[in-house]
Parts: sequence; structure tokens; C-alpha cells
Amino acid sequence: MAVEIDIDHVARLARLALTDEEKTQLRSQLALILEHAAKVSEVAADDVPPTAYAIPRANVYREDTPEPSIPQAEALANAPEREDGRFKVPRIVEADR
Amino acid sequence: MAEWETVIGLECHVELNTRTKMFCACHNEFGAEPNTLTCPVCLGHPGSLPVPNREAITRIVKVGVALGSEIAPHSLFHRKNYFYPDMPKNYQISQYDLPVCVGGHLDVELPDGSTKRVGITRVHMEEDTGKTSHGSASGRIHEAESALIDYNRAGVPLVECVSEPDMRAPEEAAAYLRELRGLLDSLEVSDVRMEEGSLRCDANVSVRAAGTDALGVKVEIKNMNSVRSLERALTFEVDRQLAALEAGEPLVQETRHWDEDSGTTKTMRSKEEAFDYRYFPEPDIPALEPEEAWIEEIRRGLPELPRARRTRYAEELGLKAEVARVLVADRAATSLFEETVALGAEPAPSANWITQDLAGLRKEAVVADAAAEPTVGPRHIADLVALVADGTLSGAGAKRALEEAFRSGAAIADIVENRGLRQVSDAGELGAVVDRVLAENEDAAEKFRAGNESVIGFLVGQVMKASGGSANPTLAQELLRERLSR
Repeated sequence: MAVEIDIDHVARLARLALTDEEKTQLRSQLALILEHAAKVSEVAADDVPPTAYAIPRANVYREDTPEPSIPQAEALANAPEREDGRFKVPRIVEADR
Repeated sequence: MAEWETVIGLECHVELNTRTKMFCACHNEFGAEPNTLTCPVCLGHPGSLPVPNREAITRIVKVGVALGSEIAPHSLFHRKNYFYPDMPKNYQISQYDLPVCVGGHLDVELPDGSTKRVGITRVHMEEDTGKTSHGSASGRIHEAESALIDYNRAGVPLVECVSEPDMRAPEEAAAYLRELRGLLDSLEVSDVRMEEGSLRCDANVSVRAAGTDALGVKVEIKNMNSVRSLERALTFEVDRQLAALEAGEPLVQETRHWDEDSGTTKTMRSKEEAFDYRYFPEPDIPALEPEEAWIEEIRRGLPELPRARRTRYAEELGLKAEVARVLVADRAATSLFEETVALGAEPAPSANWITQDLAGLRKEAVVADAAAEPTVGPRHIADLVALVADGTLSGAGAKRALEEAFRSGAAIADIVENRGLRQVSDAGELGAVVDRVLAENEDAAEKFRAGNESVIGFLVGQVMKASGGSANPTLAQELLRERLSR
């Protein structure tokens, strides 16, 4: 089953700037992955309903009991930039959202 | 000129005031130092596992049951993917095609006293985002070189309630939002403070030729942080759309930002290209399948809802519809009223004291930033009502007693004694004051005898003044008339 991939769309959603060469390569690789996954539908008979989960579980909850958070310094430890106890990120362009 | 019809639907976001966040045990708290309420889960660290807060699920079911929604027997969390730094994971855990609550309605009391039923499309559970502040001195997004982010709010339980496009005027949308806020307040699921962002509202608005079913070009408006700004923003936006249509200009589907200062809506970004959020089931969280028995337990535990309460107050306790509306809109006032009536006080005057004089004192205290401690309790109101009814206090004296109680918290009986507020209803005692006033105001007395009836008001005023406000005004007038007719 051949799957068409709109590689420009996918690259834009992932914020990746791809060369033409990379596009060609990834287009065929992604198509292969999808075709591979689609094989599951061929194997699954009508009596196997679609699911997003491998394990049949439901209603896993935690109680509303607070536990200590991590200190501010630790929260910010991996931030490339910080200011006033906050994460500093590059200028936000609203249209990116 | 064609006749136009306005079509409005609202999407309201409600932060639940659970103790902890939606998927982790960090405190859910407003106003803490930035990034002090985070952990690997709400910071989106690899390998961390989100687990839903049972209390948050209980509360959304409570909201759904109160709105008459169907509580879905099977519901899923989805990941909503987008590039924006307000969520450290680059996705928000939300719900997509299988929300917790489906359908429902809210009966809204309109300003003219009539009731309108507004349909509820769905109510779903998600997590709030972090708080972004922009690094430019002007505070304007476009000029900012960087943004600063505080993730304390990231992961706070957020309920989104989507209405049907059933509202036909800005006033109806405002009434809906007030009703929803009152309902959520009575359920005690959220602080519902619009100014703090614990209740937020976006509006979808369009206009169409009256009598048609097709919807016009839809505009979404954001950034209204009070019921009043919602109404103002919608009024502006409807006028803007009508002006464009009548001028034959095309409207575009877009998101607009309400600017409180200029009183206008402004384009935020083009919506021509729909966002591709690539929703997919959240693999880390198993399905929500609330059992019927649990839902029933929640249903049985519902408090009396505002609409039923207003009806009961009006029909059984004899409150005026307007007084009942004002009272029920305020949870603290409602409890005070209930407790006061439970002490045996007359409902109507109790409600009046609470919604008028006491509410006024509270408002002044807020403006003056004075202590917010509730100094006036049910005993105060009940005593006040009883002492006015038996003639011990005049209306003016009761007001002074309440003011004093509001400041000091002292018992009404003590205030009446210490401040000498007891109304003089003794004909002998008051008679002496009346005689003195008449002696000092011979001109006025003459005018009255000559047929000028309105002078009596002036004379009663003089008696009140001479008695330091303690005279019973009805008795004062009787005594004046008796002496003047001699």
C-alpha cells in the first residue's frame, strides 16, 4: 500500500529546514514506516477493535495530595538562558503557534 | 437595509482550585515565586509519567452533572501539539473527540427577567499553560526580543466549557457568563476570579441575515477579563461586522484581541490556515471510565444550584427577584443569609441588609484595602432585623450599628447600649424634645398651621437632629401633628 507524504507540510510542522536531498530521502523513509504500521490493520480481524493502548486499563488516578516541588534553581538548571527566576526564550512570534 | 442577527458562542476556561496540579503533586497555587511549583512531570522531562488527579475528575463530573451533560462512559486524553514555549512539553494534554462531558444546557436569566436556555456542546478536561511575560519595555509582543516564562501554572487543572452558538446579543452572552460563574462558584470547584485568570472567556461571534440558518463569517475574540469587557468587546465587534457588511466589505475568519484601553478589537493573526495540532491519544494515560455509582454519588452530593435557589428565595421566602439574584450571585453572602435565616430572622429584611448596606461596607473596605476579615456574622444581621422590627432601632440607628459592627465585630446589643442608639419611642421623653423644637422653630410651626403640609418633614428632621438620631420618626411626626393641631 503506497502512502503519499507531504514532506514540506511535515517539515514545517516540525520546524525543520530540510534540503531537497533530505526531503527525498525522508519522504520515502516516512512512507515505509507508515506502510509498515498499516500492516497491523491487515492482520487485525473485525473482532479486534481499534485502540491507542497496548494494555487494557482504565481509571488510573492519584489522590489530590501535594508533595514538595523541586527548587527553582533545579527547575532552571537546564535552561539555556534565565532571568528573574524565569526561563528566557527567544522572541515569540504569535503566528508560529 | 437588511435585518441582521447576531450569533454568539462562548468558550470558557475554568481553573480548578484543587490542592495539586492535574497530572503531578505540585501545589496548585496563585502568586508563588516563579518556577517554584514545578517538577519533572509539569516541566515535561523525558521519562516522567503524568497521572490524573482524581479530585479534578470528580469536579469536572460535578460540573457536567450540574449542566445536565451526559458523562461519557469512556473518555480519553489527547496530546495537542504546537510550538509555543508556554508548555515545556511542546504539547498540551487535553481532550479531543472523547470529552468527559457531552451536551447539556444552562438556563440563563436575562436582564428583562426572562429565561433563556443555552446549549452546552461539551465540557472537557485539560491542563493550563505556563505564564509568559514579554521582555520588551513597551510590553508589546512585536517589539519584544525575548520572553520570560514561569511554569508554576503549567499543569494546573483546567476545565473548558464550550457553549452552542445560542446567544443572540452581547447582553445574553454577559448573562450566560454570569450564570456560569455563579454555578461554578456554588459547586465550589474554582475561585472563578476573572481578574486573576481563574475564569477566562473567549467569544465566537458572527452576524447573518435574519431568518437564515447558515452562520456568517466567524470571528474569535480573546482577552476579556471581566463580564463587562466581554459585553463591551462583543458590542464593538458586532458593530464592526455590521458596518463592514452594510458597506459591502468582506469579513475574514480570524482571531481578534480585545484592547480594554482603546475599547476596540484588533487582528491577532490570520486564521486562513487552520492550525494542525496533530491530536493523538495520550499514550501515558489510560482511558477515563467513570462508574455509574460514582457519578450518582456526585449527583446526590450536588448543592442547591443558583437557579433553584433564586426561585426558592423568591417564592418561599418572599424576596424580590432582584434581591434574590444579587444575593445568590455571591456565595459568601448566600451562606451568611442562610445562617441568618436559620437563627429565625425574617428573610426579606435580612437579605436587604446583606445585599445593600453590608455589601456597600465591604466594597468600601476593598477600595480602602482594609482588613477583609468577615466581622459581621449571622447573629449581627438577625439582631439588627429583630431590633428594627420591635422599634428599638430606627433605620438610621440600625445603619450606624451595622457600621460599628463591621469595624469592631462587637455584638449589636452592646453597640446599641454603648452608642446610645436605642430609638426613643417613649411619648413623654420624646414629647419634651418635640416641644423644644417647636419653640425654636416658631416660623415653621406657623407655616404648617397656615396649611403648608411639607414643613412637617423639616420639623421631623429637627427632632431627629435634636435627639441625636435616636427618635422614632413615626412617633416624632405624630407628636408634632398633635401639638400643632391644638
